[in-house]
Amino acid sequence: MGKSLYEKVFDKHVVRTLDSGQHQLLMGLHLIHEVTSPQAFAMLRERGLSVLHPERTFATCDHIIPTKSQLRPFADDLAEQMLVELERNCQEHGIRYLSPDDGEQGVVHVVGPELGLTQPGMTVCCGDSHTSTHGAFGAIAFGIGTSQVRDVLATQTLAMAKLKVRRIQVDGQLRPGVYAKDVALYVINQLGVQGGVGYAYEYAGTVFDGFSMEERMTVCNMSIEGGARCGYVNPDETTYAYIKGRQYAPTGDAWDAAVGYWESMKSDADAAYDDVARIAAEDIEPVVTWGITPAQSTPVGGKVPEPRDFGDNERKVVEEAYAYMDFEPGSPIAGKKVDVAFIGSCTNGRFSDFEEVVKHLRASGKKVAEGVRALVVPGSQKVRERLLEAGYDKVFEQAGFEFREAGCSMCLAMNPDKLQGRELCASSSNRNFKGRQGSPTGRTLLMSPVMVAAAAVAGEVADARQVFSIS
Amino acid sequence: MSDPKRTTIAGKAVTITGNDIDTDRIIPARFLRCVTFDGLGEHAFEDDRKQLSEGGEQHPFDDPARAASRVLVVNANFGCGSSREHAPQALMRWNDGISAIVGESFAEIFFGNCVALGIPCVTASPEDVRTLQVAVAADAGLEVTVDLEAKQARFGDHSIAVDMPGGARGQLLSGRWDSTAELLDGKGAVSDVAKGLPYFAHWK
Repeated sequence: MGKSLYEKVFDKHVVRTLDSGQHQLLMGLHLIHEVTSPQAFAMLRERGLSVLHPERTFATCDHIIPTKSQLRPFADDLAEQMLVELERNCQEHGIRYLSPDDGEQGVVHVVGPELGLTQPGMTVCCGDSHTSTHGAFGAIAFGIGTSQVRDVLATQTLAMAKLKVRRIQVDGQLRPGVYAKDVALYVINQLGVQGGVGYAYEYAGTVFDGFSMEERMTVCNMSIEGGARCGYVNPDETTYAYIKGRQYAPTGDAWDAAVGYWESMKSDADAAYDDVARIAAEDIEPVVTWGITPAQSTPVGGKVPEPRDFGDNERKVVEEAYAYMDFEPGSPIAGKKVDVAFIGSCTNGRFSDFEEVVKHLRASGKKVAEGVRALVVPGSQKVRERLLEAGYDKVFEQAGFEFREAGCSMCLAMNPDKLQGRELCASSSNRNFKGRQGSPTGRTLLMSPVMVAAAAVAGEVADARQVFSIS
Repeated sequence: MSDPKRTTIAGKAVTITGNDIDTDRIIPARFLRCVTFDGLGEHAFEDDRKQLSEGGEQHPFDDPARAASRVLVVNANFGCGSSREHAPQALMRWNDGISAIVGESFAEIFFGNCVALGIPCVTASPEDVRTLQVAVAADAGLEVTVDLEAKQARFGDHSIAVDMPGGARGQLLSGRWDSTAELLDGKGAVSDVAKGLPYFAHWK
């Protein structure tokens, strides 16, 4: 029996087995940001420890940065204090800080791949659950808590148990107007938000073979929403072509050595899996969430489900969802009036996400409906730069979107970009939890960027295939 | 420093019902604008509490009779979503501090964060969790003992079986849940494994 990439990469990074039976696992790349690292550095200081491998540690600032202007000092004193702390910690420990001043700042899961830091066959961790994004490159990448950030800073290792591996094979051809985001939401709907607990997800099949790196990142990003701490795609020519030429990519002879290593880490054809899930691409429609977990979703042509569609076990969270969202069971999801449209985040804040929207805005000439606040927030300064070069900022602005600076923004609203009151937001982000977008009563509908754009111009949830004549 | 060994945790209990309670609900993101974990306790479940109180209901964390609770009883997939350690930090700083959690299941990152803070998250069958939740809801004074050694939770005349993955349970029983020291012991081996990784020195 062969091995999966997960097993190979895990085994390659095991330092030793601990008394507890867990493994001490070496981390190849440690990414840090301003929210989950300050307490970890404080703990290091308390214990008189230093950072063992600052050269394998990279920092950026994303959660709290304002997107109207990145000028310092920030109006929010607490945000300013957090950034000062991050800068101080990086300087003190010799950690490279991808700073707004250098044009390299952005959402940590956008900038890592963008600089070529994320590579196949690595272990990657960050104090952020969406670290699973980096699995798109064939890395074992997962989120950790702040005490574990401390452990990685001090020792470059973590105490970890090995996960099981579920292969999720999506074969066939996606229909026009169905995107990577829809695949991610469909998988979560089918397997549930708890389905992945204890598993790493290996995404495979012709759909993933044909996906760009940015599409693969979108799906891997949301593994955690299905309970899987990490998700990955085996590396291939698409992966290598993406990495080649980036700042931290190997060059010359080292490139060939790297490709050799990356190829050796791929899952064997006869690899054993703990579970296999098969999905037909043709079954996937554009998806919209209607509730307060990412699994509470429906095809855009569908309805808010009835209580009888759920087992006793789910009853409580379903009833809570109806009450919070104020949606009638059995009512169509299309036609729900939206107040805000948000395109961005580590799920869908990359160049191709915006380019696809621009294509449809241009072709249709449609504009944001009156009364809808529509935000475009690039995932990084480099993404923003490329959008400016292509003139896409103008397309967005002429269509009535605000074109902002890079950051996490309204995905979790730790900066000034927040919903107000009970506003309903069509969002390309990853979580529709209660209060997620900054208002304790604000409501989120997750969908693909093109579906967000369709909702923005229609003023209500709408099928992008009709709004933009996609066929 | 107090004894780091976690063998039995006993105290009054509080229950939060429902599956998939995410860490955004345990501690909303706006309270993450901080550089220490101090003061998070009072904001645990803040938005859920406010919404219930506005609707004329009371969140269990607002019940004065529950204020001294040390054991939290939950349902399935508790702590899903964001990796924020602020969530268990808020729970352990709420009043006297939650020191053990009994539930049907836990999200992985949350579970790991709790272990790193010395808080056992033990699982029990849905029926047993229900029995415990009913008993706790009926009697604010009920003493619940989570016995990690015997893998039992005891309350009133009841005793239910609880479980925890061996590695994490061992760490808590032996008091070695703060992993930094143990990981530092492996420093020499870390350097050997790093040398064996072609990428570790940036392919140089």
